[in-house]
Formats: sequence, structure tokens, C-alpha cells
Amino acid sequence: MASTTTDRGATLEPSSHHLRAPAAPPLVLLVGNPNTGKTTLFNRLTGQNARIGNYPGVTVERRSGSSRLDGNRLVEVVDLPGTYSLSARSAEEQIALWAVLGQGQYRAPDLCVFVADASQLSRNLYLALQLAELGLPLVIALNMIDEAGDNPPNTEAIERLLGVPCVAVSARRGSGMSALLATLERALADKPTPRLHVAYPAALLADADALTASLPAPLRDTPERARAMALWALTSIEDDDELTDIDPELRRATLALRRASPRDLDQEVIAARYAYIDARLPELYKRLDRHPRKRRLSERADRVLLHPLWGFTLFMLVMLVVFQSLFSWSDPAISLIEDAFGWLRSGITALLPASIFRDFLTQGILSGLGNVLVFLPQILLLFFFIGLLEDSGYMARVAYLMDRIMKALGLHGRAFVPMLSGFACAVPAILATRTMERQRDRLLTMLVIPLMTCSARLPVYTLIIAALFPPSRVFGFVPVQGLLMVGMYCFATVMTLLSAGVLGRTVVKGRRIPLILELPPYRLPSLRGTLKMMWERATVFLKEAGTMILACTVALWVLLSFPRAPEPVTTTTPPAAAASAGSDAKARAARAESPIAQSYGGKLGHAIEPVLKPLGFDWKIGVGLIGAFAAREVFVATLGLVYGIDASDEDASPLRDRLRAETRADGKPAYTPLMGLSLLIFFAVSCQCMSTLAAVKRETKSYKWPAFMFAYMTGLAYLLSFTVFQVGRLLGF
Amino acid sequence: MLLSEIQTGRVVQIVSIAGQSSFRRRLMELGLVPGTRVELLRVAPLGDPVELLVRGASLSIRKAEAGVIEVMQATATPAEDAVPKSVGLAPDLGV
Repeated sequence: MASTTTDRGATLEPSSHHLRAPAAPPLVLLVGNPNTGKTTLFNRLTGQNARIGNYPGVTVERRSGSSRLDGNRLVEVVDLPGTYSLSARSAEEQIALWAVLGQGQYRAPDLCVFVADASQLSRNLYLALQLAELGLPLVIALNMIDEAGDNPPNTEAIERLLGVPCVAVSARRGSGMSALLATLERALADKPTPRLHVAYPAALLADADALTASLPAPLRDTPERARAMALWALTSIEDDDELTDIDPELRRATLALRRASPRDLDQEVIAARYAYIDARLPELYKRLDRHPRKRRLSERADRVLLHPLWGFTLFMLVMLVVFQSLFSWSDPAISLIEDAFGWLRSGITALLPASIFRDFLTQGILSGLGNVLVFLPQILLLFFFIGLLEDSGYMARVAYLMDRIMKALGLHGRAFVPMLSGFACAVPAILATRTMERQRDRLLTMLVIPLMTCSARLPVYTLIIAALFPPSRVFGFVPVQGLLMVGMYCFATVMTLLSAGVLGRTVVKGRRIPLILELPPYRLPSLRGTLKMMWERATVFLKEAGTMILACTVALWVLLSFPRAPEPVTTTTPPAAAASAGSDAKARAARAESPIAQSYGGKLGHAIEPVLKPLGFDWKIGVGLIGAFAAREVFVATLGLVYGIDASDEDASPLRDRLRAETRADGKPAYTPLMGLSLLIFFAVSCQCMSTLAAVKRETKSYKWPAFMFAYMTGLAYLLSFTVFQVGRLLGF
Repeated sequence: MLLSEIQTGRVVQIVSIAGQSSFRRRLMELGLVPGTRVELLRVAPLGDPVELLVRGASLSIRKAEAGVIEVMQATATPAEDAVPKSVGLAPDLGV
């Protein structure tokens, strides 16, 4: 796989020739279509030192890392989001163009590397043509050359077509990498500028040239770039686009020109480019296959995998494995983490004398760390499967198979795996929405995921159902308790679908964008890439969402453990203000029978009792709800604390009996089945999970969406529980 | 005729694309310019979307959107997918 750059063998220029200040290493951008192995190449180039950041103003992640080229020169490599074209209508799509041009807050690149899929050259070349027209210093990495079989594209012909160096590589196998590194090294010195002449219609060129006067100065530094930018404007700027940072004069002039023109400008531009490519295709290949080998094998596989019967059967099996792994296979690891923290806690408790510091360490910090780490098994497992599914090409098939159903909900087909994961846990599911390209799709999916019945709700459901519903049977054989559990799953699913429908038409409206889904050829997934992605996702979660979860755990601990001394019930301090002040003065107070009842949380429970009363809840349930904010299953333990019973989610039978026996002042049972139903519904819909909110904060990079999520879910839960309880009472239950 | 009306397995060529401008632009950028040959590979099990073979790549769009793409019987073989007579579809499967 020898490189065919024309000046192969020329001596490398000494690095002292380069103009860059030593402080900023040269910037190399990787550009290319989706599914061209761009990220694999990025991983090859940067090894272990990739960093994840964010592009300014959007929630698209920016992956960058440093790489050493042949002459031991350090460069910074950035993996741009995959795109089919530089034309854009949203801020997300605009990233690629703004980054290659160094506009806005982007630093101008020293070199662009176009990563092409060797077996889909004609479509890939369209984007390469756009980059070349902008006159950017460019190198073509003809990737996946190993898949091109016995008919690989001719790299010299590609060099002639665009006027820049082209190197054949296989990022997956690592072949051609040294030739690529050498070419990059040389290109950083030579700045190879593309030469090409697409035969646009004369009238179109006249339009473009008229528009160049309206371009801001940096976009028209050469006549070629000015013309290319004018063509970009003509095929991107529209009345209703969502681009940012567009010069108002350029926008006005473009819209005026588009409106005035009777011609189909989009088609003129695009057809001329494809005509240029198509005319040269015969030079690029030994022969022109209508079906490249790779495609044909994939097509055979799809006859089974997309078959109405076999395809769906296999699909169900795959999804079952994913779900089962999240739901139960992650359990041993989760228990291990919980046990480890349990030992740590008891170890520290035994070692240190009783003090507020010890409690802070064990109940605040350690519990918080446990609350964060406990998500790792599910996050790692989910991203393991997502990595394999994406890499193999099957994820696109999942979207293809499920699109009909997801479309009805206003969701993208790719939302299916995150939604399914939501049945296990909302946190990894929310992280998994990243597999969707559009911000709107991600947001809508994130907002409804926490309504799915996650596994943390199960211990709560179990306790409530076992305590407050009779173990009788309907029609003599259907157990009421089992029926209720199934009912809760159905109820949650219906609520999720309804909310998706309503939110998709109101809050996250956005324009409906027609589905265009590429089904890439099947490929053997790369374990290395998958492991790397798991690692990245896990570290990002620990760093960003983790700190917030830890902080919230500590805050909840303060709320539920202070003040420590039993105090008179009448206190004038507002709980929230006092909580932040801290009060170690009364730290060593004697333990009351139920210290939690005396805490700020307990008082808060009393304070919100009037609000909860119409739902049938008393202050004790209120305290449980506050505690459950740490994690839903903590409701059981918190309620146990309120009653002074040591309850865990595995064995809550003492608490169950206590709840049954609880009576009101008039001797009637305090908790009725109606109240139980109201509580079940409240738990199904309300947003009782700070970790979910922390994950949403991390993924949307704003406090607005987690706040909205909390408000809409809790509001909806209140409304539904209120209705159920009040209507139930009127009916005499 | 419209792309939504043709049968699975048929090869046609694009005449024109109507519809929302950003959608038609994106489809053209993916290579569906007038004259390009398109094969309708299959319809998804639930009836939507449909899978197309364009320039050696498989693309899926929904039926509603296929309904705005005007196509005709494929005639001349454009360069992008010409199959020289000497190279059938079968030969190099064993590689």
C-alpha cells in the first residue's frame, strides 16, 4: 500500500521552517462522511491522549488529541462530527464549515485531512470537492482500503482530480499509517492547495460572483474561496434556517438573490459537482462495479436481518440481551460496589470516634461516591453494546426496523435503544441519547426516558403493593398484587408515549426533518474502539455528572440529619437557610427514637404535609419522598428511618407490617389501598431522582432542561395522584 | 411515476425531487441528482421506511418522502454505476 504522493522520497523539511509559534502545535482537522472510520483513524493518530470537550454554543462533543508525526513533530488532531456536506441549516451542521474555515471561535486549521471510504468514493468525493473548492490545505486519507478488494480506487487519479496528496490507509488494520504520517508532515510544510474546475452553469457563476461582494472580508480572501462561499450561502441560507453567526448583509443578499432567481439553484450547484465526479469515475477504478463486494455481502445479510419474520425475531433477541444485561447481569457488579462501600463505611465507623466528621465521611461523602459509582456497571455495559451495535452497522438497522413505531411518537428510530435502556435505569439511557445526531431528538428522548419504569422503582412498588393491597385474586386466579405490578409497567409506558407526543408538539417542537438513514455495510466491530468509547463515557459521567450527584447526596444528608438534638417542634429557622449554615454545636446530642423526624427534612415533611394531604400522603411519606430524591429505592430506607426500623430493599417486611398497622387518631388504618395507588402513581411519574437530573444537566449543558424535567414530571405526578385519590374518595374507597 | 409507487427490486432513475428545500438538497447531496440510478432494495417490515441503493450506498427514507421523488424507467447507464459486460455480479464473492 505504497503512498503515491508525487514527491515521495523527497527529504523532509526541518521543522524549523514552520511558522507556527511553539506554543500552539499545528491544528489538523479530520473531516469526512459518517461511517468512514474517521474516529478509528483519530484513535490511531492520537492513541491514549484524546480529550472530550464541547463545541461553543452547541451540545456537540469535540474530540481532540495530540499526535506525533514522522519528524517527531507534535500536532493537535480534532475529529470533526461526520457530515455529508458542508451546506448546513442548523448550528450543529455548521460546525464543520466554521471549523475548517477558522470562523467564529474556531482556530483556523493548518491542515484538513479528508477521510474517505474507499468503497463509496463517488458520494464521499462530494464533500471532498466542497473542501477543495474552499482552497483549504488538504490531504485525502483513502480509508478502508482493505475493504475495496481487488478493485481499489487509484490514488494517483484522486490526486489529479483534486490536486492534493492522497494516501490509501486502513485505520482499522493500521496499514498505510506511516505513509500517511509522512504525507501529513510534508503537507504541513507545503500546504498543498487543491486545484479543480467544476463546470457550473454560467448564470449560476454570475449569481455567485454578484454575491461575493456581500461576504465578510475573511470569507473572500481569495477569488476561489469567495466563489465557494457564495455557493455555500446560496445552498444554505434560508428564511427559516437555524444557522448562527451569519453576517446580516450576506443573509439579506442571499435571500434576495434566491427569491429573485427563477432557477433551481440547489440543483444547479449539486448536479454540477456530481457531473464533475461522475465524469472522472472511470479513471478512478479499474472497473465500475454497480455493487461493490462489501455491499453485496451486506445485502445478503440484510435479506435475513431485515426480513419481516427472521429479522424481527433476531432484533428481539438482540434487544433482549441488551436489556437483560442492564437489568440483571449488571447486578453482581452493582452489589459488589454497594458491598464495598458498606465495608468502607463500617470500617471507618469502627475506626473513628463518633463525631459529625465521621458521619459526614460515611453518610455524606462515601454514600455520595457510592451513589455515583453504582451507575458504572450499567453505563459500561450499555456502551459496550452500543459500541458493538454502532460499529457493526446494526444500530442503523435498529432505527430502520423501529422507525415506523418511533415516528408515531415523534421520535427518531435511534431513540429505541435509549428508551429500552430506560426500563433498567434512566441514567445510562440518558447518556445513550448521544447516539442521535439532532439536538431536538436527543432532548425529547431525554425528557421522556425517566418516565419508563426503571429498576429503582421496583423495591418501592414491592413495598407499597405488599403492605397496602390484599393478597387476594381477581376472578379467582389472577393475583391482585401481580396485576398491579404489570399495571404499573403498562401505565408508565402509556405515560411515556403520551408525554413524547405532547412534548414533541409543544416544548421541543422544532421542524420535522424527514428521515434520511444510511445503512452502512456490516463490519466486524472493533473491540478496541468500543472499549475506548466505554472508557470515555464513563470518565465523562464520573467527572461531570458525578460531582453533582455527590454534592446532592451531601446536601440530602445534611437535610435529613440536622439538627441532631431533639428540639422543640416550634422552630423559626427556615430549614433551607439553616441547612447551609451548618450546626455542629449540637452534634453530640443523644439519639432520639427517630432522629430523622427532628431533622430539617422531617420538618420539611411536616411543612409540605398540607400539600400532600389531597394525595392521601402524611408527613412520613413526605420525608420518604424527600429521601427518595437521592435514588428512588432510598424511599424504603428513609421510611424505615422515620419509623425507626432498619429496612433494606431486599427485606422490607418489618416496615411492611408497620405500615399496615399504622393507624390514624380515630383508630382507622392510616394507609389505605387508595392511598397506596395514589403513591404508586406518584412514584411512577414524579422525577424522584437527582442522578437523572445530573445526567440531563451534563448532556444538555444547561440547568434549564433538568429544571423543566423536574417541574413537568412532578407537576404531572401531583395532578394524577390528586385526581386518583380524590375521585377514589368520592367513589367511597 | 413516483419512487413510492415502484416495486421492490426495480431500478429507476431520478427525474426530479420536490418537497421541502432542505430535504431535497440533502438527498441531492447524497447523490440523488437527476439521472442517477436508484434501486428500491426493500420496504421495512412495518411498511416504512423504504431502502434505496444509490451510488453503492444504502439509504432509507420514509414512503411519504419517496412520494415527492419523480422517477422514470432507467435507460442509459450513467458512469457512476456502469457494469462492464465482462464483470457480472457473481465473480469475486469468494475473496
